[in-house]
Amino acid sequence: MPEADVRLDRVTKRFGDFTAVDDLSLTMERGEFFALLGPSGCGKTTTLRMIGGFEEVTAGTVYLGGADVTELPPFKRNVNTVFQNYALFPHLDVYENIAFGLRRRRVPEGEVRAQVKFMLKLVDLPGYEKRRPNQLSGGQQQRVALARALINSPQVLLLDEPLGALDLKLRKQMQVELKRIQSEIGITFIFVTHDQEEAMTMSDRIAVMREGRIEQLGRPEELYERPASSFVAGFLGVSNLLDGEVVGRHGELVDVQLGDGTLVRAPAAASNGDTHVRVGVRPEKLRVTSSHTEAPRSVEDTNALEGTVLDASYIGVSTQYIVQTADGHKLTVYAQNLETSGASEALADGQTVQLTWRPQHTFVIARTDRDVDATPQYEEGQVPS
Amino acid sequence: MAATAGTVSRASAPERPRPLMQRIGRAVLPAYTGLVVIYLFLPIVVMAVFGFNDIEGRFNFTWQGFTLDHWQNLFNRYPALNQSLLNSLTVGIISTLVATIFGTLIGLALTRYEFRGRTPLNLLIFLPIATPEIVLGASLLAMFVSAGIGRDLTTITIAHIMFNISFVVVTVRARIAGFDRALEEAAMDLGADEWTTFRKVTFPLIFPGILAAALLAFALSIDDFVITQFTAGQTVTFPLWVYGASRIGVPPQVNVMGTLIFFIALVGIVLWVVLQRREMTAVPTTVDH
Ligand SMILES: Nc1ncnc2c1ncn2[C@@H]1O[C@H](COP(=O)(O)OP(=O)(O)O)[C@@H](O)[C@H]1O
Ligand SMILES: [Mg+2]
Repeated sequence: MPEADVRLDRVTKRFGDFTAVDDLSLTMERGEFFALLGPSGCGKTTTLRMIGGFEEVTAGTVYLGGADVTELPPFKRNVNTVFQNYALFPHLDVYENIAFGLRRRRVPEGEVRAQVKFMLKLVDLPGYEKRRPNQLSGGQQQRVALARALINSPQVLLLDEPLGALDLKLRKQMQVELKRIQSEIGITFIFVTHDQEEAMTMSDRIAVMREGRIEQLGRPEELYERPASSFVAGFLGVSNLLDGEVVGRHGELVDVQLGDGTLVRAPAAASNGDTHVRVGVRPEKLRVTSSHTEAPRSVEDTNALEGTVLDASYIGVSTQYIVQTADGHKLTVYAQNLETSGASEALADGQTVQLTWRPQHTFVIARTDRDVDATPQYEEGQVPS
Repeated sequence: MAATAGTVSRASAPERPRPLMQRIGRAVLPAYTGLVVIYLFLPIVVMAVFGFNDIEGRFNFTWQGFTLDHWQNLFNRYPALNQSLLNSLTVGIISTLVATIFGTLIGLALTRYEFRGRTPLNLLIFLPIATPEIVLGASLLAMFVSAGIGRDLTTITIAHIMFNISFVVVTVRARIAGFDRALEEAAMDLGADEWTTFRKVTFPLIFPGILAAALLAFALSIDDFVITQFTAGQTVTFPLWVYGASRIGVPPQVNVMGTLIFFIALVGIVLWVVLQRREMTAVPTTVDH
């Protein structure tokens, strides 16, 4: 069992009547890259600020390395923060910005110089000592902010959307940099983002937050392959969701009858014993074939649905289809352009097609009232690039 | 505009003439600026020049010849003038110091903390600025008299602190309003306690605002006449002395002192501008989010 580095125990934060963080419990392990992911306003920053000591908790306890720090001010906690807009001191140069933490601890000048130099090298900014923050680009400011935090060898580094202000190319580059630095120094990173792709590519584990609570916690592939709710399914990429009832069980698989009577199969473990369920499948797991070329396969090893192509868009690496089923559901399919080359070879609009996928690629989530209003927001338009 | 129409037909010419309005603007603007500058500085120039006037008799109204006598004997001729200048400087320095400290603290409180009565206080702080001085002065006099307080340098100083605080609060508050709280959080995050954060981050960043406020307060105090008149009793300050002397002739020494005060103020302003400049190169580039 890895050591707990940060532990939140039933932490609640209220602003007046509004509950920003709601009875949240969470454990981050030593040395892991942990992401708090969720839409804007779900309480990510507030959670991070409570760990850093900038926000008083309304109820609950915050532990750092086993010690209760709930009542400690920020300057008595062994964590450092990379702020959303970096918050570099405009009246100090890069050297003094980075040295700020060491000066507070009265580290001798010689050691300060050596450490600042080391940090500038780590973040790949040697020779920038004398610059003022406003003489740096966004990416450089970001690196200085990182160096300024890391020089204090914190137990945990908190990062609040650190890449949010950077353009796409720089963001990708910094994602790699951050991962490198984290593995080089091996401390716990807690990373706030609303970008699912960023969270997936960088993190060891992700907590998906919604309205001040944890919706699901797990490794990126767990969240993607087996989302526990429509919200998670929709937030991490595109998903096709169909309502149904569990009507039978065959060993490892359950039979789910969809609205139009079609039977599909899904892993029994995922169904969790619920009868009113929603089955989901990711667009890239679907195979689309024109109906007349292939006879329907047996339901034993393949799920199949009939539909008509509403729209086909060629997007280079793949072709995206919108397929409408007999009872009106619209499903998104990404077909790899393995053998086809160009839009002309794609299936035409209005063509009747068959969608097939493996039962193991189906995920099952319980149907709840909370899901109904959340799904439409994220179902469409979130195409991973 | 009509003036621009003419340029369209000549668009192919190698160098397009500027539109007429623009050409007029280019000629008028410097002239206009020059006039305003003269308008502003002529009185000061006259004051400085007449400090060198070799006058006969009591009146210093017509140019009679150049002399350095008034500069050389600045403090030798009119002991009462010296005393009045000393009084003004004392009141000016003390009221500026006190008002700057309290005004800065009030400005910080008003921008930083949510407390009951903050909104009314934010407006009330303007009252001493908005109220006519003559009314303030009269009511201060009534207050001191009814409280049985003898009027002297102390009452003048109290009155000056009062109106100066308002000006300091307003000036400093504007500066703090643009201050990014995340900078203080960053300092604390890096191990600075509240006091160190104030010393190392907050204060250096709002200092230009505080300095501007102090300069303003000193300037307001040193030449205040109306309120001082009501609260002075038998004490005479520099403006009171000059006003009293104006009926029998203001000596050129007053011009010299005026010139000196002007240059001291100038040094202060230059210092402030230099500070601002240095800071301009240190304003954080704001990133949106
Ligand atoms: N100081 C505050 N006062 C009142 N409401 C706040 C305050 N800080 C945050 N909130 C509210 O709490 C919610 C969560 O905010 P935040 O943690 O910043 O969200 P996120 O970082 O996930 O976008 C938001 O609805 C926000 O409006
Ligand atoms: Mg946030």
